[in-house]
Amino acid sequence: MKNRILESFKAAFPKTLPVFLGYLFLGTAFGVSLTSRGYHFGWAILMSLTIYAGSGQFLGVNILTSGFNLISAAFMTLMVNLRHIFYGLSMFDKFDGMGKKKPYMIFSLTDETYSLLFSTKPPKNVDEKWFYFFIAILNQSYWILGSTIGAVAGYLIKFDSTGIEFAMTALFVVIFVEQWEGSKNHLPSILGLGISLICLVVFGMEYFIAFSMLGILISLLAVKKGVEKNA
Amino acid sequence: MLSTTQVILSIIVMAVCTFLTRAIPFILFPNNEKIPPIVLYLGKVLPYSVIAMLIIYCVKGISIFVWPHGLPELIAIAYVIIVHKWRHNLVLSIGGGTVLYMFLIQVAFA
Repeated sequence: MKNRILESFKAAFPKTLPVFLGYLFLGTAFGVSLTSRGYHFGWAILMSLTIYAGSGQFLGVNILTSGFNLISAAFMTLMVNLRHIFYGLSMFDKFDGMGKKKPYMIFSLTDETYSLLFSTKPPKNVDEKWFYFFIAILNQSYWILGSTIGAVAGYLIKFDSTGIEFAMTALFVVIFVEQWEGSKNHLPSILGLGISLICLVVFGMEYFIAFSMLGILISLLAVKKGVEKNA
Repeated sequence: MLSTTQVILSIIVMAVCTFLTRAIPFILFPNNEKIPPIVLYLGKVLPYSVIAMLIIYCVKGISIFVWPHGLPELIAIAYVIIVHKWRHNLVLSIGGGTVLYMFLIQVAFA
């Protein structure tokens, strides 16, 4: 049994290397963003341990620096992570029978872990549940490593980090591009872009998110038949 | 800046809400039973629209009628799209895009 666990680790590790690079970089950018706003590096590490979400934590920097408001913190976090609901829907079979590991698998279901779990088949000689678990926990350890490096660096070295928050915009643009390439029907992407833009102009910076969500929901339900036909 | 208690409370809220989005399918359908088609449909299409909305959220503070008219954002976003479509490399697209943006607002358009 011990051997099979070790074999699972050995099989999982190389699969996670692309995520290693990405998370090291993104985590560093997140760490710098937070500590350059005057926060202690310990907060960045705590966030990466307990929240563990790339885009969510960048948004967290905004939340922590724009005044105390738990309702808007909750609402924005739910919005930014909404796509994760979809990930869980396709993980029922994989997580079934994972016992004590299951809560951690659900907690650690980030974009990158999801796509690895979704696309990687465990080799025959390994225990597949441990294989999935190691993928998940290795990815989070890279994220924690990156944010620690960035947070400590941003805390100790003072430099002009104006504009580093663009990493969040870039991350969303990258997800947008990948979604665009991975789907045939682009109407949901276009609706999201158009409706949000209109709501921003009409309702202004402070309120446009709520109106956009409402508009997006209604319009998506209205085009349901057409989207499903062309899916 | 927030107080220590306020930071801790905010982090707890963010952690719980993040976990919730990942756990909702498992809470609502614990035995992998039939999921209503409308839920499946929204689960499939909503993420596309929401990511688009979040891009707008990121650039909401730009004033197009005042110099530099959102040009740094426009240039950096164009860079990210082109480079990502070309190489599909996170470090090049996000790292390069962020460095480019920082250069644009700190030096070029300063």
